Amino acid sequence: MNVAVEIAALRPATPPSLSEAGPASKRTTAGFGFWVFLLSDLVMFSALFATYAVLARATAGGPGGSELFHQGNVALETACLLASSYSCGLMSMAAHSRRRSAFYLGAIVTFALGAAFLGLELHEFGDMAARGATPQSSAFLSAFFTLVGCHGLHVTVGLVWLVVMGAQVAVRGFEGAVDRRLLCFSLFWHALDIVWIAVFTFVYLIGVHA
Amino acid sequence: MNLLGKLSWAAIPFNQPIIMGASAFMGLLVACVLGWVTYRRAWSYLWREWITSVDHKRIGVMYMILGLLMLLRGFSDALLMRSQQALAAGDARGYLPPEHFDQIFSAHGTIMIFFVAMALVIGLMNFLLPLMIGARDVAFPTLNSVSFWLTAAGVLLTNISLFVGEYSRAGWMAYPPLAEAQFSPGVGVDYYLWALQISGIGTLMSGVNFVTTILKLRAPGMSMMRMPVFCWTALAANLLIVAVFPVLTATYAMLLLDRYLGFHFFTLDAGGNPMMYVNLFWIWGHPEVYILVLPAFGVFSEVSATFSGKPMFGYRSMVAASMVICVLSMTVWLHHFFTMGASANINGFFGIMSMVIGIPTGVKIFNWLFTMYGGRVRFTVPILWTLGFMTTFVLGGLTGVLLAVPPVDWQVHNSVFLIAHFHHVIIPGVVFGIFAGYDYWFPKAFGFKLDEKWGRRAFWCWFIGFHLAFMPLYIVGLAGMTRRMQHYDNLAWQPYLVTAAVGAGIILLGIACQAIQLTVSIRHRERNRDLTGDPWNGRTLEWSIASPPPAWNFSLPPQVADKDAFWLAKRQDEAPRRKYQAIELPKNTSLGFLTAIFASFGGFALIWHIWWLALVCLLGVGIATLAFAFRKHDEFEVPADEVEQFEREHLVGASA
Repeated sequence: MNVAVEIAALRPATPPSLSEAGPASKRTTAGFGFWVFLLSDLVMFSALFATYAVLARATAGGPGGSELFHQGNVALETACLLASSYSCGLMSMAAHSRRRSAFYLGAIVTFALGAAFLGLELHEFGDMAARGATPQSSAFLSAFFTLVGCHGLHVTVGLVWLVVMGAQVAVRGFEGAVDRRLLCFSLFWHALDIVWIAVFTFVYLIGVHA
Repeated sequence: MNLLGKLSWAAIPFNQPIIMGASAFMGLLVACVLGWVTYRRAWSYLWREWITSVDHKRIGVMYMILGLLMLLRGFSDALLMRSQQALAAGDARGYLPPEHFDQIFSAHGTIMIFFVAMALVIGLMNFLLPLMIGARDVAFPTLNSVSFWLTAAGVLLTNISLFVGEYSRAGWMAYPPLAEAQFSPGVGVDYYLWALQISGIGTLMSGVNFVTTILKLRAPGMSMMRMPVFCWTALAANLLIVAVFPVLTATYAMLLLDRYLGFHFFTLDAGGNPMMYVNLFWIWGHPEVYILVLPAFGVFSEVSATFSGKPMFGYRSMVAASMVICVLSMTVWLHHFFTMGASANINGFFGIMSMVIGIPTGVKIFNWLFTMYGGRVRFTVPILWTLGFMTTFVLGGLTGVLLAVPPVDWQVHNSVFLIAHFHHVIIPGVVFGIFAGYDYWFPKAFGFKLDEKWGRRAFWCWFIGFHLAFMPLYIVGLAGMTRRMQHYDNLAWQPYLVTAAVGAGIILLGIACQAIQLTVSIRHRERNRDLTGDPWNGRTLEWSIASPPPAWNFSLPPQVADKDAFWLAKRQDEAPRRKYQAIELPKNTSLGFLTAIFASFGGFALIWHIWWLALVCLLGVGIATLAFAFRKHDEFEVPADEVEQFEREHLVGASA
């Protein structure tokens, strides 16, 4: 016995609602699945944010945020990352309309800005470590380096991913799977911006005045 | 620079006969299996059809096998603890030294939660979800294979700890400061952490995969409110996986940073806060309980509807109850540590929320009862597990409401009363549910039914054994016996603990009955063969196709008009046949298996501080993933002729 019956016999006169429309396309499914993954990633960050909030004052007699954070450096980092999101958007549009050179231009600018962000962050970390403010010195610094470092690690992964996508487009063009991966990459990159806005606000803006 | 890190011959416990015996036994077992596979020349079959398979049904079956094997491991730990506590009263010391006993209870809890219950529940969902919603596979088949193999890597690491080094002595929750390097300098906690990090990533990916599958791949006509109840409870469980497993990952990562790099998240000095670990752990831990029990609730729903010959009573309230539990489960975590010293108002809030969550659960119980009420109930093995669950679980839930009252909790916190309570909900709730599902869907997976007689025997042994094993613990718990005691002085407790040990022995008989049931059923499979694909007069889509289903599941995409789609279709006239079309299937891949190899070696390397190997493994995962990303063809086509041929043979078999 098979459930499959004539579709026309069962379909109501009005078009079916979205929830009855049957399986979604591969692109929609991939994008949706990646959204769900990003949500889980944001939950992980939220655990790190909560930890940071609990430990922000646990400086164990060592330096706090107001002594360690440089607003100028952070402003520059933020500018790099936000601008890279814009170029990432341009890159997605170029991929969408299959313009290869525009895609590569967008990708290179995105990579450069992301790498600049990472360089500034590493410089900040190195600077703090040179002043003796290492993650081992207090719970506050453990939480700071883990939260901000976790975001930095995500950016690093994003940069590697971007290089791979550049190679994929070169080898395979904008075919189905590559197109879906580019969609996921841009979602990932924008999500990192959202996390950074929260880092900027809760760690640096509040931190320099605390 | 030492190439082997902390690893040396001293890591192998040659002087402990029990551990060496157990290790030798496990080694022998593995060697026998490998030898048998070689003897049968089955390696290429195994590689092609199972290890590299991305078919959700195969992966589901592998999860089930993994879970059942680990049940044996986790249960032997339970037998060790029960027999030790039956013996070690007064002057007697039993046979397990404290440092070994501590590893046993830590391993028992960890294995039972992460590698038995989780593996079995995810296995069931893997096998069933695409079949129930009329889909060809899960949303991301390759990712599904990676998830399974990461879980297997976690299992492997946990079992290696038996032989190489030691396991954690810090309990299955690994609370700091005890789990910090200062107090647990050995590799035990590292085994615990890395095994669970690796398998946890697999679980999270499964959650993402299943949520996407349920929300995006339902057959035409199957709106959300036409899904089988199991799909709803699975959706709730997987939403919880997505929402809370990342918290566990973050928490374990912080503990790892404390242990490996000297950070101060949960340490006693430099501003660290051990209670924060406890909070974070249970923000994951309480929803985890519902991640396990909700799919089991789904099984009970399907079983009671099918064997009562009635649609599910109160479908909408069942859906609502599942989603309410999903949300409320994240508002009760603090009841695991009322004694932490939070204010009375905070404890009061969490106490009340813990009682509130009993309401949707009560709704479900009534729905199952009313589904059976007035139906022609067929007393098969799955319905026995369901009835056993309902009678037992209600009592276990009631002791939970008792524990939700903060002043009561202060009295029995950390006692074996608590142990009795959570086994009283998890064993009937999760384990009975999985067994009901195992008996119910086994013919779908393999094309023949399981033996009834041995199934009944298994049920009665489990049911009676469970009560004998855990009711006495309520009594000694109230009398003041704390959990995790390797030895006690109060001889008045001993009769109860002997009774509990006898109960565990009866459960062992139940497990033996299940082993016999499986053997007998395989031997007599021709007698119990089901060619129709619908041995129970089922209601949902998975029964509309052949057993075992073809790789592509549905030869024609099903068209759904209402709930209980197959039940309706069976009552309609045969529809005009549609033409079969070629079906696109994902190709097999070794990515999952390779990832597991690298994850196992990488985890082992991190545990023993063999840094170069860890780096090599990280690179290995990267290269394997890259190779997969640049693969030319991800899919192949099954021609329409082949699909038609399969259906013709199935129809001939079904009408024979």
